[in-house]
Amino acid sequence: MTDNSPQSHAVVCRGVVKDFGAGETKVRALHGIDLNVRYGEMTLLVGPSGCGKTTLISVMAGLLDPTAGEVFLLGQDRRKLVGSQLVRFRADNIGFVFQQYNLIPSLTAAENAAVPLIIHGVKRSAAIDQARLMMKEVGLGDKCQAMPSQLSGGQQQRVAIARALVNEPRLLVCDEPTAALDAHSGRTVMELIKRVTVKPDRAVIVVTHDNRVFDFGDRIVAMSDGLVERVEERSGQETLLAH
Amino acid sequence: MNWLAWRMLTGDRTKYLGIVFGVAFGTVLIAQQMAIFVGLMRRTSSQIIDISAADVWVMDLKQQNLDDIRPMPDGRLYQVRGVQGVDWAVRLSKSMVRVRTPNGDFLQSLLIGVDDSSFAGAPIEMIKGSYLDLRRPDGVIIDEDGYKRLFPGETIKLGQALDMNDRRAIIVGTCKVTPPFQTFPVVYTRYSQALQYAPPERNSLSFILVKAAPGQSHKALAERIAKQTGLKALTWDDFFWMNVNWFINNTGIPINFGITVTLGFIVGAAIAGQTFYLFTIENLKQFGSLKAMGVTNIRLIGMILFQAVVVGVMGYGIGLGMSALFFETMERSGHPDMRGMWVPWQVATLSAGAVAIIIVIASLLSLRRVLVLEPAMVFK
Repeated sequence: MTDNSPQSHAVVCRGVVKDFGAGETKVRALHGIDLNVRYGEMTLLVGPSGCGKTTLISVMAGLLDPTAGEVFLLGQDRRKLVGSQLVRFRADNIGFVFQQYNLIPSLTAAENAAVPLIIHGVKRSAAIDQARLMMKEVGLGDKCQAMPSQLSGGQQQRVAIARALVNEPRLLVCDEPTAALDAHSGRTVMELIKRVTVKPDRAVIVVTHDNRVFDFGDRIVAMSDGLVERVEERSGQETLLAH
Repeated sequence: MNWLAWRMLTGDRTKYLGIVFGVAFGTVLIAQQMAIFVGLMRRTSSQIIDISAADVWVMDLKQQNLDDIRPMPDGRLYQVRGVQGVDWAVRLSKSMVRVRTPNGDFLQSLLIGVDDSSFAGAPIEMIKGSYLDLRRPDGVIIDEDGYKRLFPGETIKLGQALDMNDRRAIIVGTCKVTPPFQTFPVVYTRYSQALQYAPPERNSLSFILVKAAPGQSHKALAERIAKQTGLKALTWDDFFWMNVNWFINNTGIPINFGITVTLGFIVGAAIAGQTFYLFTIENLKQFGSLKAMGVTNIRLIGMILFQAVVVGVMGYGIGLGMSALFFETMERSGHPDMRGMWVPWQVATLSAGAVAIIIVIASLLSLRRVLVLEPAMVFK
């Protein structure tokens, strides 16, 4: 029998609703999402623009408060994480990979990768040393001193992945990591994410439009109009959700 | 996090230098103009500054400043000397006189007549000669810059003859003085001789300089002299400020300088504020990412304030340095209009306060944008 408790999943969403605005201008972006994200898997959130992927990933990463419903992040009730507790929780447990990489242009690649450790209060030199190891892990050991402007898009995304993983988060959230990359670089980045990040005690959520990378996901969650339309298990099993 | 703030700030050199330039520009205008204003105000009281030996200055009851003088009868001196608490009291005359050199050049000059016996009021910082040489017949001491203006291009030579009111005067010494407001040469002579040089008036006693007896309160003594003689008696400090305040209240000088200082403040704040704001806007994605990664608002405020303080300190340092360099260069060039002007610590402090306000304004705009920034925007 499957354990459905919040503790056994990286993220549990139960009836999650998210509204933006108020009164006549209120827009409902999520219409009651029920979704479990498992450890040791890469979950892809897919769907057309405006279907609520970004809103859902923001809620699951603790960046947005749901209007209604329950969210459990790594076993913790999201409602009980407020203010600086939530900020600290994100710093300790969640890694981010952004579509536009969001590297700091004035820092070298290794320094960029060290930022989460520095946020944690690790001494700068120790943080950069640790970041260098992670840079090797993502195949950029020889680019530690390069500035972001000297790197290709794929390389920058790999630096962003090194940054996201340097403090060993239990949940990795990736927003369109291949959107700004060509097909080859996109596959390289997805292979890297798959190889380096997917571990038994870690969950990876990837929002993507890019159907070229669907085959990397262990589960594909298809969304439409603020609802989970379909969950596809890569083993071939498919769950259709009727709402 | 300060390291990160520093690297983010200096990473965009154009903006970084733009903000520093804005603050430096504002500082230069504020510090330089305030320093010139303070220097001018000091000049209005140049003789009061130079005659620091007098604890109390006594003058006509209606006198409002150092220059607009209504001379008193000589007998007033004895009245003042009779007031309890007066250690000594001496005459001082101050008048304008036309000084002519042997080759016919002439300049309006300030003529100071000091007490014949004590020389109280004589210049303190002599360059050539001694104030005791005023005892010599027709002896006068002239300030160094006045000498240069009367004898342009000539080296200072004692024994030069001058003509004042068709009477001969011999330069027996040169001295340094606080430059007067109107950059006239300052000529010192004995009181009795000054009466010969100056155009005749029924009364000739411009001021009575009073030294208080040991332990005597200057304020109380001034009040006692005023009460007993019906004259105006002011402590050195009070006279200095009465004179400065007269110029502040009765001339357009403060308005002129005030406008320039205000413009410096506004332009500095506008350049620094706008550039700093643009810098923040361009880094909004990075700030959002930092927020998402677990940087608290307090730490972001710390980062922005650190950046603001860095550009503020650098801009202030450069601006103040440029102002000081300006005055030093002017002083060394011997430019008479800028003699005796520098950046006093009070002006430096006020400028620092103005810069602090500029960077607070600059950072407030940026802080607001960063604080209301939703970390979820990094996914947009």
